[in-house]
Amino acid sequence: MRALPRWVDILLLPVLNVVLAFLVGGLIVLAVGQNPLQAVGIMLYGAFGYGSGFGYTLYYTTDFIFAGLAVSLAYHAGLFNIGPEGQAYIGGLGVILIGLALNGVSWMFVFPLMIICGAAFGAAWAFVPGYLQAKRGSHIVITTILFNFIAASLMSFLITRVLKPAGVNSDESAPLDALTRVPQLRSFIELFKNSPVNITFFLAIAALGFVYWLIWHTKFGYRVRALGHNPTAANYAGISNQKMIMIVMAMAGALAAMVAVNNVGGVQGRLILNFVNGAGFVGIAVAFMGRAHPVGVGLSALLFGVLYQGGQELAFQMPGITREMIVTLQALVILFTGAMGDMLRAPLARLFSAPAGGKQ
Amino acid sequence: MTSLNPSAQQRPSGAAASDLAIELVGINKHFGPVHANRDIHLQIKRGTVHGIVGENGAGKSTLMSILYGFYTAESGEIRVNGTPQAITDSRHALKLGIGMVHQHFMLVDNFTVLENVVLGAEDSSLLAPTLTKARAQLKRLATDYGLTVDPDAVIENLSVGQQQRVEILKALYRGAETLILDEPTGVLTPNEADQLFEVIRTLRDEGKTVILITHKLREIMAITDEVSVMRQGAMVKTLETKSTSPGELAELMVGRRVLLRVEKGPANPGKIMLDVENLVVTDDFKVERVKNVSFSVRAGEIVGIAGVAGNGQSELLESISGMRDQQSGVVRLNGVPLSLEGDDGASRARAAGLAHVPEDRLRMGLITNFSEWENSILGYEGKYGKGLGLDIAAAREAADAYIKKFDIRPPNKDLKTANFSGGNQQKIVLAREMERNPDVLIVGQPTRGVDIGAIEFIHNQIIKMRDAGKAILLVSVELDEIRSLSDRILVLFDGQIVGEADPATADETELGLLMTGSHPSGDKLPPHETPVQQTLVEMSPKNNTGRDTN
Amino acid sequence: MNLVDITLILDSTVRLAIPLILACLAGLFSERAGIVDIGLEGKLLASAFAAAAMSAVTGSAWAGLCAGIGAAFLFSAIHGLASINLKGNQTISGVALNFLAAGLTTFLGQSWFKRGGYTPQLSGDQRFSPITLPFANELKEVPVIGQIYWELISGHNIITYFAFLAVPITAWVLFRTRFGLRLRAVGENPKAIDTAGISVTALRYQALIITAVLVGIGGTYLSIAQSAGFNNNMSAGRGYIALAALIFAKWRPGPALLVCLMFGFLDAVQLRIQGVQFPIVGEVPVQFIQMLPYILTVILLAGFIGRAIAPKASGIPYTKER
Repeated sequence: MRALPRWVDILLLPVLNVVLAFLVGGLIVLAVGQNPLQAVGIMLYGAFGYGSGFGYTLYYTTDFIFAGLAVSLAYHAGLFNIGPEGQAYIGGLGVILIGLALNGVSWMFVFPLMIICGAAFGAAWAFVPGYLQAKRGSHIVITTILFNFIAASLMSFLITRVLKPAGVNSDESAPLDALTRVPQLRSFIELFKNSPVNITFFLAIAALGFVYWLIWHTKFGYRVRALGHNPTAANYAGISNQKMIMIVMAMAGALAAMVAVNNVGGVQGRLILNFVNGAGFVGIAVAFMGRAHPVGVGLSALLFGVLYQGGQELAFQMPGITREMIVTLQALVILFTGAMGDMLRAPLARLFSAPAGGKQ
Repeated sequence: MTSLNPSAQQRPSGAAASDLAIELVGINKHFGPVHANRDIHLQIKRGTVHGIVGENGAGKSTLMSILYGFYTAESGEIRVNGTPQAITDSRHALKLGIGMVHQHFMLVDNFTVLENVVLGAEDSSLLAPTLTKARAQLKRLATDYGLTVDPDAVIENLSVGQQQRVEILKALYRGAETLILDEPTGVLTPNEADQLFEVIRTLRDEGKTVILITHKLREIMAITDEVSVMRQGAMVKTLETKSTSPGELAELMVGRRVLLRVEKGPANPGKIMLDVENLVVTDDFKVERVKNVSFSVRAGEIVGIAGVAGNGQSELLESISGMRDQQSGVVRLNGVPLSLEGDDGASRARAAGLAHVPEDRLRMGLITNFSEWENSILGYEGKYGKGLGLDIAAAREAADAYIKKFDIRPPNKDLKTANFSGGNQQKIVLAREMERNPDVLIVGQPTRGVDIGAIEFIHNQIIKMRDAGKAILLVSVELDEIRSLSDRILVLFDGQIVGEADPATADETELGLLMTGSHPSGDKLPPHETPVQQTLVEMSPKNNTGRDTN
Repeated sequence: MNLVDITLILDSTVRLAIPLILACLAGLFSERAGIVDIGLEGKLLASAFAAAAMSAVTGSAWAGLCAGIGAAFLFSAIHGLASINLKGNQTISGVALNFLAAGLTTFLGQSWFKRGGYTPQLSGDQRFSPITLPFANELKEVPVIGQIYWELISGHNIITYFAFLAVPITAWVLFRTRFGLRLRAVGENPKAIDTAGISVTALRYQALIITAVLVGIGGTYLSIAQSAGFNNNMSAGRGYIALAALIFAKWRPGPALLVCLMFGFLDAVQLRIQGVQFPIVGEVPVQFIQMLPYILTVILLAGFIGRAIAPKASGIPYTKER
């Protein structure tokens, strides 16, 4: 088959796939008798139209960037990490433990420690499937799924039986002191009103830049990509497949755990049951839509941020549409950009049958 | 490689049209921009063994896959027993009595022989009656054609030769009158190949028609009645085997007379650079493939390892280069033992000054999704940049230099490596490995799947390395390549070095016997003809990197 | 614990194992044919919703069953299109289907029934009700045997009996019929099937159809046999547990039944031991029992207790090589 022109391959094709996903989503909305265009309008207003809405959009975007990067980084090494949900959940344990230990100390000191500690917990949790894949040949997809469930049960046990202070009714840990909590942006920027976006957002932006640098501008990234494309050639080059798999999975887990810094350290200021709330899974859609490239991940995380926040608004304004429409859209995005990502390749190749880059 | 007496066949040629089992008229097939079969005409007489020869990528397998209904031709006609047939799928071909044994067997590994034989040819929706019938049928075929194999054995426990028998039995069970064999000896031991030829003769004597696809001219001379030569998708000529010669066939195959003579001066061996002592290596299934091998390579010499494919060469190369763990033994570089254990042993071998051109560039040597410049640092990426960062500018600069020096075409370092031809891909690997001034270079199958023009270039580069005082270990299944490049030849058979020879004086026959495990002084000397222009024979690349030809 | 307690636990073991058995067999057909089905969870959920919705509207459990199977069909068709025709990544497609089910069921449920994603409560003919087997009433008073017959064997709904019947049928189809031979072959080496002149695509779609029927019945069981209506995310990971059971059973029907019963048993025990003090260990946290199937599967996958080797071609789209 003729190669597609570069801009078609990296720009037009993914955009068309996303458009297709939204078209199908629109049809579903139409099918239940609602107006999809009106819905889009409401969502855009909800996401950007006022300060706290915009703040919420950025809050969601923060979560999705971390989860998307956790999937993307592993993907570059040829590993499909379905586990950010569990990795983020366990990361929450690290964040709350250090937070409670240093409760009352200024966030400026605790925030970096929350990052490190959360990352260590998330990394450890993701390391195990990595180890099992590298050393014992267990399939990473299956083990990371299983580890999501194990994480859910384990955390439910720890929160309800260990971390829950005596005399508290709801299932949650003791709260962090206001001084220790990661500060909300609203304390600096009036605009964000009562929205939960906090300085972890900047950490997410930095993570995007860091992963970009890591993948394309370091020896380590080169080795990750070599492993992802051709493990045998990586072995030939002297790159240890096993070590790389374990390191990459641990790093992915660390990235996923930053979701916990955002939520446990910042928004909630305590560890609550199921605080990840599907953000880890959204990361899968974000990674595929963004083609595992940090720029793409940033943009698709923003898009999903808009959808999630706009979806809230939608639920208020159009009772016929629930927030679950967003989950449906998320599924369609994974389907069209991931599983069926090459559907339009052949027709596009016919359209742009340019000789460029063909076989020599 | 065994030599067989061609005088065994005495079959008349020039028969009437009704004697034709298969007739192909004007067959055309494209794969994308590649014209794989162009206007092919071919007549195959019933009850004969018909050879089809051609270089890798000449279109032999495509043509036969069309006949077998695996692909459909764009134009042209297939006549079976004189009647035009539109063969739409393999099932249809089988119905018309055409069976095919593929190069890579189409067997289900965890099924029994019996299950494999009936698969797709079951009589009813329940299995039991078919299995009973097939069991009886297999017994009959075993006595008729000498094809004995245990019907209840599971395929993965059978030898390659036995698996091939199952493939032949599959075709015969389905009532094949014409049997297509695609490169059948490529995976066989010499002994198994002899047995296969016996079976082919019996099949012919029983009235079956056999089409043999191969690039080994010796087999053509030994077993066929007629031979057709293909080149670049076109049918060049059909000849009566007894009235042609390997020299003529080779010339028809490559289109011009090519002599594989490499200009090189005498070697000046220096001190021992690579020293292998009592090396034992197992394969992925824990089978010992290299058995206590010791040898050494000096600076400024090329040591060639000759042998039939599958006698431990791959494991030897992978072990010395650090890709595969060794069970026991020592590999010394410049007198210092290498620590190669672990799955990153290759990086330590490289750091010690050992470069490796792997035998399968697509599987190991290159990452085809990477651009050219990225591949030009594979394995050496640690040298580009200080600390964590990768010095991309330096890497790209190096790539430019290699492109120029090795005449890699197109000269575009940003092009995806998959889009280079086989020869140019090989040059990318060679440039990367040779240009980092290693002390020792180990090279596996340097010209496999490489076009003729590039072969000469690659050979000259290897000689240049030798003359620059490097120690070179060359492994190739092309005996001719070994003979023309090496300063010393070691023969590997069944994981052991069974002999050493001087390429200048070595007798082809003697080498051949060593390679097949028959010692020259032994009493089991198979018949062989006088070597006829042996330099021309066996020079076509092996077929298993089929995708990377132009 | 007396006999009554044990029969009660075993009885709920059976009830909880049924959707697992059906989903596991469904996955078996799919994976034996070379198609990885992470989407079992989504198919269960979608079928459960469709069955409950249809049953609520028509008043017929059988119409519900048809709708349940229909929903699984639709999902299988998407999975087939992505992974067979478009040769996409089967895992990604399965993950997408799981989200699609999670989103669509609640979204459509809310749009149609306006009960926050729940379907209306079902009763009578809208559900599959227990069947009393012959002589069960008469034997009820007979000690042990009669009790077991009454409690454990009799008094289940038709889907339960079907699920148990489906196991030997699956084994028979897989190992004694032409279709089974081809199905196993296409999951191991599709090229062998193609060169034998059989369509790989058709065979794999046939497998997906069977998968859809089985998992559709399983989903239907969840909403209109075991429960009296659909609620949000009611499959609750059972599709994944079934997948784990399939791996545990090494893709064989008989062991699949046993593993599903074992996982069902853990589930049943988990419900009963909450707050129960055991000697020595004291109270066993319910979460530990919940994670047990997953941990056991991880240990199995890691090769510490035998090896689970998947059908060789599973997960790999079939392309005719050039």
